[in-house]
Amino acid sequence: MEQVVLNFPFVAAVLLVAIAFYIIVFKRNLIKVVMGVAIMSSGINLFLVSLGYRTGGVAPIYTDVPEGPMVLPVPQALTLTNIVIGVAVLALMLTLVVHIYRHTGDIDAKKSRILKG
Amino acid sequence: MLSKIVRTLANQLILFILVFGLYLIMHGHDSPGGGFQGGAVVASGVVMLLAAFGSGQIVKWLRVRRLAVVACCGGLAFILIALAGTGTSFFYNFLLGTPVFGEVPPPGPGHSHVWSGGIIPVMEIAIGFTVMAGLSAVVLAMARFSGGGEIEE
Amino acid sequence: MRQIVGLIFLLVLVALLVWGVLVMRDFGDPPSRMDDYMIANAQQETGSNNVVAGVLLDYRGLDTLGEVSVLFTAVTAVLLLFRTLTHQEEGG
Repeated sequence: MEQVVLNFPFVAAVLLVAIAFYIIVFKRNLIKVVMGVAIMSSGINLFLVSLGYRTGGVAPIYTDVPEGPMVLPVPQALTLTNIVIGVAVLALMLTLVVHIYRHTGDIDAKKSRILKG
Repeated sequence: MLSKIVRTLANQLILFILVFGLYLIMHGHDSPGGGFQGGAVVASGVVMLLAAFGSGQIVKWLRVRRLAVVACCGGLAFILIALAGTGTSFFYNFLLGTPVFGEVPPPGPGHSHVWSGGIIPVMEIAIGFTVMAGLSAVVLAMARFSGGGEIEE
Repeated sequence: MRQIVGLIFLLVLVALLVWGVLVMRDFGDPPSRMDDYMIANAQQETGSNNVVAGVLLDYRGLDTLGEVSVLFTAVTAVLLLFRTLTHQEEGG
């Protein structure tokens, strides 16, 4: 059980991914599905940043730096890229939700699946 | 359009938000910040104006086409600067010894200039333009559509 | 019926993920040969005090090029889709 306390940031990130997985699979309102994708993105970013932490570390910037070992800079760069890509994907998903509402009049995932001919 | 208190406060706060965003972009190589962070701060300032004044008023000052042109210029500048050092390699830091942006800071912790960093500040400015204009254009297009599509530009 | 099968599958997935995280290495002690080189040499080779900015734009510049193109493509696609919607409302 002390492994849960030792690895707690990883467990928190994985719980966020699990909650987001429940939202994406089981909810029918399309806006809630988009929110679930955003939560999963946040969980993965948290996991990526907490992979590069050193105990007692400081930020990897040399201007006015206090004493201590520096945290790894490469996972922070990868997380920045991931956040920007998440914003782009979220904007496209919301645009598609607006189009679905415009064409079928409903944002329920089961009702807007019927092809009208 | 929200109440008079919100509109007055938004008018006063937009100046500080713009200056803070441009500070983050400009000092990206010296302190925490950079192109993406500063561009997102400026875009959030535009969102605050859009929420306070309504999209009918903002369209008179910001056009979606002009913002798209600024975003294109940012991306083009990024690619051209990356191609400019092709004599050695693709992303070569060719401004590192020159007097334009090329002072190398002394090793170890300490201060440094804003005129250091090679091509890093120039590329941060290009990325800042792309992110600022891109995110503001997306929010403006969505607000224009849902506020009433009769406004022509 | 489908809801119950779905919930069981979800519980199995959560158990697998939590178990996978608990047998990982300890938090706070990463293996770091490449990052030690970058922390030691980024100030002289890139000329900036910010190691993360040097990594993003000098050591790993191709990732930033891919990211700018993804952002630009997404912005263009959103503007295109909203232009179609506005013209449809006026013309139809």
